[in-house]
Amino acid sequence: MPGLFDRDGPRVTNAATQPATGGPGGMLELLNGFVVELRNAGLPVSLTENLDAMEAVQHIPLEDREAFKYALGATLIKNHAHWRSFETVFEVYFSLRGPEYKIAEDGDGDTDIDELWRQMQDLQQQSEGKGQGGMDALTPEEIAQMLMQALMNGDQGLMRAMAKQAVQRFAGMEPGRPVGGTYYLYRTLRNLDLDNMLDKMMDATRDEIPGEMTPLEERLEKEEYEDRIEKFKGEIEAEIRRRLVADRGAEAMAKTLRKPLPEDVEFVHASRDEMVSLKKALYPLTRKLAARLARKRKHGRKGPLDFRNTVRHSLSYGGVPAEPKFKYPRPAKPELIVIADISGSVAAFARFTLMLVYAIQNQFSKVRSFVFIDGIDEVTDYFKSTEDIQEAIHRVNTEADVVWVDGHSDYGHAFEVFWERHKKDVGPKATVLLLGDARNNYHASQSWVVKEIQQKARHVYWLNPEPKSYWNTGDSIVGEYGTYTDGVYECRNLRQLEGFVEKLA
Amino acid sequence: MTMTPEVSTAEPRFESVQQVRERLADVNYLADEGIAGVAYLADRLQKPILVEGPAGTGKTQLAKSVAEITGARLIRLQCYEGLDESKALYEWNYKKQLLRIQTEKGEGGDQSGDWTDVKDDIFSDEFLLTRPLLEAITADEPVVLLIDEVDRVEVETEALLLEILSDYQVSIPELGTIEAKQIPLVFLTSNNTRELSEALKRRCLYLHVDYPHLEREREIVLAKTPGIGENLADQVARIVRSIRQLDLKKSPSVSETLDWARTLMLLNIETIDEQTAKETLNILLKYQTDIAKAVKELDVE
Repeated sequence: MPGLFDRDGPRVTNAATQPATGGPGGMLELLNGFVVELRNAGLPVSLTENLDAMEAVQHIPLEDREAFKYALGATLIKNHAHWRSFETVFEVYFSLRGPEYKIAEDGDGDTDIDELWRQMQDLQQQSEGKGQGGMDALTPEEIAQMLMQALMNGDQGLMRAMAKQAVQRFAGMEPGRPVGGTYYLYRTLRNLDLDNMLDKMMDATRDEIPGEMTPLEERLEKEEYEDRIEKFKGEIEAEIRRRLVADRGAEAMAKTLRKPLPEDVEFVHASRDEMVSLKKALYPLTRKLAARLARKRKHGRKGPLDFRNTVRHSLSYGGVPAEPKFKYPRPAKPELIVIADISGSVAAFARFTLMLVYAIQNQFSKVRSFVFIDGIDEVTDYFKSTEDIQEAIHRVNTEADVVWVDGHSDYGHAFEVFWERHKKDVGPKATVLLLGDARNNYHASQSWVVKEIQQKARHVYWLNPEPKSYWNTGDSIVGEYGTYTDGVYECRNLRQLEGFVEKLA
Repeated sequence: MTMTPEVSTAEPRFESVQQVRERLADVNYLADEGIAGVAYLADRLQKPILVEGPAGTGKTQLAKSVAEITGARLIRLQCYEGLDESKALYEWNYKKQLLRIQTEKGEGGDQSGDWTDVKDDIFSDEFLLTRPLLEAITADEPVVLLIDEVDRVEVETEALLLEILSDYQVSIPELGTIEAKQIPLVFLTSNNTRELSEALKRRCLYLHVDYPHLEREREIVLAKTPGIGENLADQVARIVRSIRQLDLKKSPSVSETLDWARTLMLLNIETIDEQTAKETLNILLKYQTDIAKAVKELDVE
């Protein structure tokens, strides 16, 4: 029964595979298209790197897809944070051009998977006694059973085959239908019910192993299964992508799959996955930022002549001050007061800013932080008592007393209370950062507080996670507060935040 | 089309990616597809490799192992803040130069007349002290040059490296340009504490070495800890993976995994239970907060 194993065969062959087989000229064209797509995805690829890639692929056997990928990666991508974007573009662009596809075309590859399937089928037929056979005859329960077997044994080949089968059966893909890949992914996963699968697998393992499992063993086993399920999801995604590319062509797909790089993801609209990658990107960023700031402080401009040092060095020239030495000014570290709105819409932004500020807190002489929604609370101690920023942030979110009446942002009241309690703490050394979208729910703005702060503090800055075009629309009154600050900055993503903090310190 | 491969005078060191991998495995360096592939390409394209990744994932070891399998001499330049030309490239041996001038005086003649001779003389090879970079390209025998932790030098100092990385030559104002006698295989490692300049990156192949996958880590433990049982190695690798998933200040590196495996061997432990894991965690993790977190996580829920 052919329907199972051919992957949308004939329709694709002509269009997509042609360039790859068209000799060196075709290769050149293909690579050029690939590089254009990388640039479209925001990855910087220079001309020399492009040329390097072309030279590199000549040394690599083209059938070896992995080697091909690494050759392109090593020459074109010079930043690990960009690797994922590269991989996506690569998968889309070469998904129908790789050996995997060719094998399927010839019909002689994938033998082991085919074999496995047939064996499973035979088994199934024998036990069930069904005459017509074929995978399509399997009930969803039986499929789930087989998938569980595959996952428990960690059988890569079978997992891949199952992914294909699952997509074919559950995704309901129709050629030309203008629906995104995520929709098909969702449909497939919903039918497979992988969350329950994990529990079932754990139960089965518990039954299999004689005696009690220690919690440690159980944990390790569970992680192994989770890992396999993740891989399986990856297979399903890849399969859906392959089919979509076959249907719509690589260029169109690459466009729909284009994702912003981690540093360009907007705080306010980040998905859960993006949040995770943002968090990962933040840590190296803080290290880099700290190193850069420390260096900036050390290697400043030349200052006035350092007489003592000059005389000391003149000794090696027989008392002639041949090498004048200068004093290097060490700019004072600023004191920082962060006042952040942590209501739902901007919480992520506040969190990242606090994490960033505390990760490089040795670049400031003192950092104090306050969070508010409609009430305000100081959270400096949460960060002091632990070295773990994550935990501190968790405490900020759960313990800080920030709700006064109804838990809707009230900037005016929060500022007023801040001024009442902490007026004396704002001195001429302090730089005050106000974080939020200034959506005040039409409460009184109390912007005189900001004005007072500006008069006492060294600088006042406002960071707004909303795009500039939204400012002062609806209940946003950032303009009114902004007039009393030394600048309002748009801070929608890590890149902008990093730029601002560097300016600050 | 100018895509014909450059005719290189040097014999390629490796036949195929697979061969690189096998030979690295012979010296107990278990490379994955990416590592072997980039090493192979670096040889073929005669380009340096920029190796980035977390500390303790075997970046420096890679250079050492490649030197070992190619029978090349390893020349290492450890970078640090304040590294300059005279430490990295070359320096004039001014003491010797002074001596040379003094001798001239001592012999009595009218020294002003042959100043040109003296000048030509004191700026010759004899008075040149070679530093690692110059040494690497003037060597006659095959060389692997390791420029370690390149992210520690200042951005300005990076420029020192550019000429040698792209053209394998060093220009000395007084002497002219010294070209490489053989093309060394160059590795630059970076812990990514700062963004390296575009100019440097453009000249290199890029390789990111991350913590190994479960299977590879198990293989590494097996290869590097003689006498360890399959079962224990598997457990070690799994627990380390589990710990790396936590949000830690410093995740355990491969070398720390190996230290841990060896310790467990010395303690004659065959299977790890919570108690042993907790008691020996300080080998894997170096921060008190990390240890506390891991203990809490591994604890019975």
